[in-house]
Amino acid sequence: MNIVVLVKQVPDTWSERKLTDADHTLDRESADAVLDEINERAVEEALLLKEAHGGEVTVIAMGPGRATDAIRKALSMGADKAVHVSDDALHGSDVIATAKVLAKAIGTVEGFDLVIAGNEATDGRAGAIPAILAEILGLPQVTQLRKVTVEGTTVKGERETEEGVAHLEASLPAIVSVTEKINEPRYPSFKGIMAAKKKPVTTLTVADLGVDAGEVGLGGAWSGVIEASPKPPRSAGQRIDDEGVGGSKIAEYLVGQKLI
Amino acid sequence: MLDFRLDEEYEALRKTVEEFARDEVAPVIGDLYERNEFPYGIVAKMGRMGLFGLPFPEEHGGMGGDYFALCLALEELARVDSSVAITLEAGVSLGTMPLFRFGTDEQRAQWLPRMCTGEVLGAFGLTEPGGGSDAGAMRTTARLEDGHWVLNGTKAFITNSGTDITGLVTVAAVTGTKENGRKEISAIIVPAGTPGFTVSKKYSKVGWNASDTRELSFADCRVPEANLLGERGRGYAQFLQTLDEGRIAIAAVGVGLAQGCVDESLRYVGEREAFGHKIGEYQAIKFKIADMEVRAYNARLAYYAAAAKMLRGEPFKKEAAIAKLVSSEAAMDNAREATQIFGGYGFMNEYPVGRFYRDAKILEIGEGTSEVQRMLIARELGL
Repeated sequence: MNIVVLVKQVPDTWSERKLTDADHTLDRESADAVLDEINERAVEEALLLKEAHGGEVTVIAMGPGRATDAIRKALSMGADKAVHVSDDALHGSDVIATAKVLAKAIGTVEGFDLVIAGNEATDGRAGAIPAILAEILGLPQVTQLRKVTVEGTTVKGERETEEGVAHLEASLPAIVSVTEKINEPRYPSFKGIMAAKKKPVTTLTVADLGVDAGEVGLGGAWSGVIEASPKPPRSAGQRIDDEGVGGSKIAEYLVGQKLI
Repeated sequence: MLDFRLDEEYEALRKTVEEFARDEVAPVIGDLYERNEFPYGIVAKMGRMGLFGLPFPEEHGGMGGDYFALCLALEELARVDSSVAITLEAGVSLGTMPLFRFGTDEQRAQWLPRMCTGEVLGAFGLTEPGGGSDAGAMRTTARLEDGHWVLNGTKAFITNSGTDITGLVTVAAVTGTKENGRKEISAIIVPAGTPGFTVSKKYSKVGWNASDTRELSFADCRVPEANLLGERGRGYAQFLQTLDEGRIAIAAVGVGLAQGCVDESLRYVGEREAFGHKIGEYQAIKFKIADMEVRAYNARLAYYAAAAKMLRGEPFKKEAAIAKLVSSEAAMDNAREATQIFGGYGFMNEYPVGRFYRDAKILEIGEGTSEVQRMLIARELGL
């Protein structure tokens, strides 16, 4: 079974993240860049499926040069090869342009059966890529899964919502997205780290993929960020001294905030 | 020529273990430490990511790395917790390394694959209640009888010797007298559960409280003759080789602890206020932290340099002793200063620096005391 995993390098959620003043895109210099945690889970799921069914795992990333670090991590975990779409023209691309490019990149992987993505990236948080991709590629999509299994030519999944659990299935090839409940990703071993150095990474530009550079990037985006301001620092809060009625005072406060 | 940057794969490993320590060890270790509980869950996870197999070839189930890779992992673990670091250090360099280096093909095949995955831990029984660094004082004996070694004696302070996953202890024992009248010392593999081999309950220790340290006693404990590890009469020489590289590993643990003190202090002084300012704005605090960073940095250079000589196959006895001495003193000094910076909270077990303070002292004692390191350094200088 040939599996494609979409991965993204994002600013580390442990560091301070911000947008640039110039064009309100991500300030990549301000924070450490890591493989997005949800993508580690997507890679893990692909590796588990490969271990069960055989086949090959290809990771695809779109991002600047240093995204190779994120790709390397996915390869260290055990993915077999990678496609890295890297082009200055992609700077500031919105979800539609990103999905167009990723669709073309997926098309370079021969005979894929399943595409696995995280449900949403921790930086952009649009959560729209899997659905747009499915539309462009004309494939079924089964999104927001906490469990994925493959039986024959069918992928089955469980989607947990506040109302209950939906059991879904689609015929392969298909696109699935996974939530953080899907699994606990493995840490790369040193053997994996060493092996990753020798695994093939194909680097492609938008021209290589036959995409018009004018359709992507900040200029080709259908929407834009008009203004951005940092989160205000947390205020001191309200202090309640407990003189026997502390509990009810807290309850009053919560009622005032319409929280209870 | 002079390039202190880590190779890409070393850096990737360091970063992986840094994340592991932050995400898997830090959240749970305080409770385990408080309850003197061995971190089985953490050990299993370290096993799955291959840390117990780091310096061993893939044919034995290892990761195909080297001893320096192990040191980097130890440093990152010790930045967060020393019990976990020492469990790995002892497991690899005292438990598995002697079997890998001196074992027969059968012994290696029997033990290494499961030890490399951390499913089985090995321990190393050298020290006795009556003596650590003085091998001439060894009293544990093993006599050959009907194709079996019969062991009698007691071993003290043996790490990883009584866990649920301990598979064996390599025991140093007197097996006769040499021509020159000295004791003939050999190493013998004693599997856990062998009749006559008793493991005491855990010691109550000042630090390293989540690690497993016990006294072992042997009363007419019989193991097959084939359990001799390496050559008969070479037991002590084998241990010395193990100890030299073990010193670099302990140095890495010390550097990790020293750096952990800097990490925790930086976090704290940016939050804690006194007299209207963050305490990190006061020069008294800044200078303390600068000195702590200097000590950690120097000690790191010392162990990198010792490891570089070892990997090049050059003699490294002096460098290993220097690294171990500098780093254990850095750990002790930094732990004391970090605790001081934290004030009353530093004396509370719920903060990591209190744990660091308790864990630091043993580094000046274990695997050769600071006095022994000075002795070795002086001897290497021809004194």
